[in-house]
Amino acid sequence: MSKVYLYILLMAVVTYLIRALPLTLIRKEIKSKFIRSFLYYVPYATLAAMTFPAILKATDYVASSIAGFAVALILAFNKKSLLTVAGCACGAAFLVELLL
Amino acid sequence: MDVGVSEEESGMSSGSLQDFKEGCQNAIPICLGYIAVSFAFGIESAKVGMTPFQAAMTSLLNVTSAGQFSALEIIARNGSFIELAVLQFIINLRYMLMSCALSQKLDSSVSTGHRLGISYGVTDEIFGVSVLKKGKLYPMFSYGLIFTSVFGWVLGTVLGAVAGQLLPQRLISCLGLAIYGMFIAIIIPETRSSKAVALVVICAMVMSCVFTYAPFLKLISSGFRIIIVTIAVAAVAAILAPIKEERNE
Repeated sequence: MSKVYLYILLMAVVTYLIRALPLTLIRKEIKSKFIRSFLYYVPYATLAAMTFPAILKATDYVASSIAGFAVALILAFNKKSLLTVAGCACGAAFLVELLL
Repeated sequence: MDVGVSEEESGMSSGSLQDFKEGCQNAIPICLGYIAVSFAFGIESAKVGMTPFQAAMTSLLNVTSAGQFSALEIIARNGSFIELAVLQFIINLRYMLMSCALSQKLDSSVSTGHRLGISYGVTDEIFGVSVLKKGKLYPMFSYGLIFTSVFGWVLGTVLGAVAGQLLPQRLISCLGLAIYGMFIAIIIPETRSSKAVALVVICAMVMSCVFTYAPFLKLISSGFRIIIVTIAVAAVAAILAPIKEERNE
């Protein structure tokens, strides 16, 4: 059972190094316009790629996932807060599942 | 908390208690979203035989949703350490890109100690809030974000591990949407004011779809898929629509 702790520590070390190396090693402002632009677009590309199509399998039914996805898009487009968007997406999916 | 930063009032400080509080407030939605998502992780961890303590330790030391969920599968079948390390590296490689981006948001005077502290909390959501914050990023603000978010992440894990089976399946199923709702809330507002960002979001989603369903391409693991899509889309966007420099001093 102690092997579980080795698993946990190993993944913690790997994950921490990935996060810590760039932050400690890159001290100066990056001058390259390309790299600056690239880094600006990274979060949008990553989170979009992680969201779709994975969101379709987030719940037990595709229909409820689509409902939650649609509600989240509409609310986010209208600049509602993180919590409102996430909460209403879950709520919409729950309503759809009740009807199924 | 030590508030004695008066020696460094020149704007190079690590921030004040006020920044810490502001960070905590900004992280409340993340905290609640994390409780929902890590609740699901807690349930899954109990299924593979981890104790609530082990599940909580995993959440506290890793703070990575996709990484933790994928690790459960390896732990369940007693997989090799190398496989676990490589998988975590691939799935979490996006944090390296985020850390690079975050390094540009920090004042160059921020010490190594603070950088090591901030590194602990580079997650999709904390990064999203940090990097899109107006003005300079102070370590104290980051610590507020991290403290509140990780609290929710660990709390949800423990609740899920201890009491997950008590909830109706329908509720658990819907909670799975919480993390995606958060992602959407982070990326969509900016698409209104920037056509380039809107195109980046759409292209990344389309490309991610192709990689998920197309023959051969679908054999690529989800971690690699995200890395490939991110690098390709962000690089093309950077060439076609370089950002305007506003921060020239």
